[in-house]
Amino acid sequence: MAHPGRAGHRYGRGVTRTTALPAHSQAEISTEIDALAAEGAADGHRGPQPRLDYAPYRSSLLRHPTKAPQQVDPEGIELWAPCFGERDVHALESDLTIQHAGEPVGERMVVTGRVLDGAGRPVRRQLVEVWQANAGGRYVHQRDQHPAALDPNFTGMGRCLTDDDGWYRFTTIKPGPYPWKNHRNAWRPAHIHFSLFGTEFTQRTITQMYFPGDQLVGLDPIISSITDPAARELLVADYDHDVTTHEWATGYRWDIVLTGTHRTPTEEEGA
Amino acid sequence: MSGVRTEGDLAPTPGQTVGPFYGYALPFDGDSELVPPGREDAVRLHGVVTDGAGAPVPDALLEIWQADADGAVVRRPGSLHRDGWTFTGWGRCATRDDGSFSFTTVRPGRHDPDRAPYVAVTVFARGLLDRLLTRAYLPAGEIEAEELLTSDPLLASLPAERARTLLATPEPTGHRFDVRLQGEGETVFLRHA
Repeated sequence: MAHPGRAGHRYGRGVTRTTALPAHSQAEISTEIDALAAEGAADGHRGPQPRLDYAPYRSSLLRHPTKAPQQVDPEGIELWAPCFGERDVHALESDLTIQHAGEPVGERMVVTGRVLDGAGRPVRRQLVEVWQANAGGRYVHQRDQHPAALDPNFTGMGRCLTDDDGWYRFTTIKPGPYPWKNHRNAWRPAHIHFSLFGTEFTQRTITQMYFPGDQLVGLDPIISSITDPAARELLVADYDHDVTTHEWATGYRWDIVLTGTHRTPTEEEGA
Repeated sequence: MSGVRTEGDLAPTPGQTVGPFYGYALPFDGDSELVPPGREDAVRLHGVVTDGAGAPVPDALLEIWQADADGAVVRRPGSLHRDGWTFTGWGRCATRDDGSFSFTTVRPGRHDPDRAPYVAVTVFARGLLDRLLTRAYLPAGEIEAEELLTSDPLLASLPAERARTLLATPEPTGHRFDVRLQGEGETVFLRHA
């Protein structure tokens, strides 16, 4: 049954296209993804990070630098990261299910893990920010016009500070997948956005956590921009029954490793 | 299984695009005001983010991180709830519909007698699959030892037209630093050794 009043929204979100290319099918996009994966495997240059020039993700076409990054020795401020504390983040901000009067719709879940630097040291007392769609795949964002219900009991934004062993922990609901306009019948796999600071400016990163067993992951050009399959796996959380709690919430474990450091941490930072 | 890392498994977690829908999550009140706009030593650091077609990027997010006016690295919390008095050295600004961003801050002092002072800049955007790092150097006229702008190791290592992309341009109220993600005048982005 069609929804005549929603015809204008059928293909999803009110995001401006940055390309005049016709809408391709998933099969065409998947062919492009496979070709670039084979190229990555052949030239041996595939690293842990996504390719910035990655045509299957159409929005990257005009937004990737064409020149190689300039190699530089970090100096001064780059050897440090901004500092956050109790004044910045209230303990309750890590629970995304208690921000409104009622319980949000969806599968209540806990996601927890450690933030480590490239040497395996915990990143202590540092800010972690998350944001995500609700259980129906809708964001609380004006530009998100996907005709799924907003949940008055779910905003989908949380913050916490890691503890002295680098642990973070959020209580939330499992986000839903959602359609987007990259190509015809394009769907983003369910994901949670993570924003992380290390102990040095160069470790700053924003990434996305995905869920195990999600069939949409293999179709998605955004995670596929990481052409090394082993590196892609690093973005997929584990279901962890030890994190799951009796009659309350399912549990996921996802550790995050930041890039290497250049400065020797001081004793107070936990060398 | 990849969710649990052990000592033998410390490959870095890959980055991913910030996407289009961070607007209700990452910006916060006072995010771009490292100091209050009215303060005597306040300067504006602003510009426009453009793509390879020269079009403004309305869904980018910039962060700056800098030394204080004396060149010292600040180790103070409080950026997310600014009190108007504590300089934390860090700020965030989402671009508006015209691709523009604007910070209020102070001029960073020199952290090293042989290096030109700069503001460290992180760029995120929809369509940008991983963050980009760069530096916004204070222009001639705004620093004591202008010869540093030619002798600074990074600036000296670049062809003049590339080095220019890292120099803010002076304005009466501060300086302007445009970010060009691609194409003519493409900003120099950095990879740290």
